Parts: sequence; structure tokens; C-alpha cells
Amino acid sequence: MSLEIARLRLPLASFALELDARLDAPVTGLFGASGAGKTSLLETVAGLRRPADGRISLDGTVLTDSAARIFRPPERRGVGFVPQDSALFTHLDVRANLCYSQRMRHPATPPGISYEHVCDVLNLGSLVARRIGSLSGGERQRVAFGRALLAAPRLLLLDEPLASLDRELKDQILPYLKLIRDEFKIPMLLVSHSADEMVALCDDVLVLERGRCVRRGPPAGLFVVSPRPHHELAKPDDPRPLVSGSD
Amino acid sequence: MSSDLWQVTWFTTWVAVTGTLVILPPGLALAWLLARRQWPGKSLVETLVALPLVIPPVATGLILLHLFGRRGLLGHWLEHTLGIEVVFTWKAVVIATAVMSFPLLVRTARVAFENVSPRVEHVARTLGAGPWRVFWTITLPLARPGVIAGAVLAFARALGEFGATVMVAGFIPGKTETLSLSIYHSVELGRDGEAAAFLAVSVALAFVAVWCSERLLRRTAA
Repeated sequence: MSLEIARLRLPLASFALELDARLDAPVTGLFGASGAGKTSLLETVAGLRRPADGRISLDGTVLTDSAARIFRPPERRGVGFVPQDSALFTHLDVRANLCYSQRMRHPATPPGISYEHVCDVLNLGSLVARRIGSLSGGERQRVAFGRALLAAPRLLLLDEPLASLDRELKDQILPYLKLIRDEFKIPMLLVSHSADEMVALCDDVLVLERGRCVRRGPPAGLFVVSPRPHHELAKPDDPRPLVSGSD
Repeated sequence: MSSDLWQVTWFTTWVAVTGTLVILPPGLALAWLLARRQWPGKSLVETLVALPLVIPPVATGLILLHLFGRRGLLGHWLEHTLGIEVVFTWKAVVIATAVMSFPLLVRTARVAFENVSPRVEHVARTLGAGPWRVFWTITLPLARPGVIAGAVLAFARALGEFGATVMVAGFIPGKTETLSLSIYHSVELGRDGEAAAFLAVSVALAFVAVWCSERLLRRTAA
């Protein structure tokens, strides 16, 4: 996967998101405090926001190019998006939520990932007949992952996938994210303000501050890893910290 | 007399259903535009649509009479190009009830659309659904209780419409005779028994409409 973001400019309420980056790691993290522009960047890549300027292309396909007046709508980008609140369709049951993307899929596109495979990996088998309202927070998040995967995206955008869960649930869901990464090999762009998640999942991390990338690199070089449970961002002048312990 | 009662009941129900069906597509489209889009003239349209709620129904009827009358802007055109006469026919009754019901439908449906999270629609887009399919498969089903409530309100308003109807359609027995017009007419002639019969049917119709909507809403919520 290669996501190229060139001279991107998106004005936000009090500053502008400005980014020039080429992302090609299997899992890229966007790290920063809330309000740093992380979610806006995801929405721009998904096609839910139109940048003022710049060009975004995914594996050579242009998604947005302000100069050439190209804007590919979200339904034709092949970019999956899982928002923080999982945004499940409450008028449908779990099965219908999962199958929604298959119903919407253009008949010409190849089938991609199978329903059975997704249910198997995410352990959704016992949930398929349930109503959305009866699911727990962790179950909702798993269904949201499954629904996004079944659209067979070329890139998966995850916005704070664990933020709404408590500590215990986080530990239950994190392995599923690793499974998704290893099983389906879909590149991911992961937004979080948790250093733990960055260390656990990402190969490359961009640290955003007020809409700009202030630092970038593998998480081992960016985060001081304490023996558990809290990692934190290293001071820029720290001697290169090392990841200790297992992930 | 009893055949009259059934004829009037049938005509009133038919007019209210037709009026509601006629305003449903433009009403939902406008409600969606008001809920989801910013466009020039939006507040002007908002005000115009709400007007029939505020100005006296008789005044609305007078405006319609001028619009659809033989020398009216629309009436003249309709008669000369399509050969359709509106005023003092059943068409005038449908138009009057539709105009009076329109604001109720639009306002209720607008709130229902506003209550659908845009994020849910966004996710549906990223899953491959175009804007039109998102509306049909996500927005409308999620807004369904509100849309049904709006349609029932519109239907109920149409059942009881009096002022605008009497102006633009008059009271022509067997032609433009609705339940509320008949109640008024019977009382005026001192036929109390007849008025009571019309009254009973009106109450029964309203009861059935509200009961059906409650059932529909409960089924949606379940």
C-alpha cells in the first residue's frame, strides 16, 4: 500500500491541517492530542471532507486532486472507515449490518473477503441474529470492524477504535485488531491518543500537533515504553529510547 | 341520508389520503434539503412553508382561489393549456388540504432527518452506497417513525380542513362535500341528528388514524 498525501491543506476551526507525506507501512498511526486534526485527516482520506488544496492518491489511483479538479466520492474509493462510535445501522440486525456492503457492492467488483471468514476471525457467529441495541461496546466495535472488512477495502481507517472501551475491553479488542492486520493484510491508518495502541499495533507513527506532523518514525523511536501499562511520548531531546518488554 | 353520510365519509377519506400522498414526495425532499443542506434562500422557503400554519385558513383559501381561479396565474394556464378546471371541484379540495397539511409533514420529517446521525450516512458511503442509496437504505428507514408521524399529522389535518376548502371549493353537495363542511352545514340548517352522525364518523376516522400510527410506531421501535 502506498498512500501519497501531497501539499494537503484543509482549514479547520482554529488552524489548518497541512500535510505532505507518503505512507507505506502496513499499519500507520496518527498520534496526537484531541483536536490535533487526526480525525479530519481520516475523513479527508475517506472522501467525507473536501480539502482546500492538495492531492491524495492510493496505490496510484488519484482520490483527490484540487489542481486537476478530481474528487472521487467516498463510495468509489475502496477506503473503509470505522468511526469512534462505531456508527452501526440500528434499524438492521448484526447480519444485515455485515452484509450491507455486499448489497451495495458494484456487481463488477470481485467478491473479496468472505462473510464466513470475517465472522470466524472476529468471532461474530453468535451475534449475527442480534439487534444492534442489545450489543455491548466491545461487540459493537467487532461488528463495525467486520462490516468495514466486508467492503474489501484497499485501506482501512480506524478512528480511536478503542477509546470508548474500558481498560478490560481494550485488552479484549486489541488482539482482534492484530488479527485483522495479520489475517486480511489490509493496510491500516489508525488514529489514537493512546501511546499503548501505537506501540502495540503500528509500524510507523506520525505525531500531529495543530494540524502539522511534528515528528515521525517507528513507535520504538518515539515512545518511552514503561514496563506496563502506560507508554508516553518521549521528549524530543531524549536519547533514543528503546522498547522494552514484549508487545 | 345514510347514503349521503357514506358518500361524504368516503370522499373525505379519499381526499385526505390523496392529499397526503401528493405532498409526500415533495415534502420529504424539502424536509431533507432543510435538514441536510445549506442553500441560498433556505430561510425564505422555511418561512413560506410555515405560513399556512400561521395565517388564517380562510386567508390561505383566498390566496389559492386567486391562484387557481379562472383568471388566476395558475388557473388560467391550467384551463387553457391542459383544459383542467380546479376551483369548485374535488381538485380544489385536494389542493386546499394538501397546502394546509404540507407544513406539518415537512416540519416533522425535517426533525426526523436531523436526528439521523450524519456519521452513519458517511459510513454507508464508505461501504459503497451512493448518496441516493444511502437515503433509501439508511436515512429514510432510520427516520421512519418521524416520517410516519408527519404523514399521519398531515392526514389528520386534511380530514379536518375547513377554512381553505370552503373558500376554494365551496360547498357543493355530492361534489366537494367533506365531513367538516357537512357538520357546519347541518348545524346551520338545524339538522342536529345529521350533524351528530357526521361528528361520530369524524371522531371514528381520527381515532383509527391515530391508533394505526401508534401501532406502526411501536412496531418500528420494537
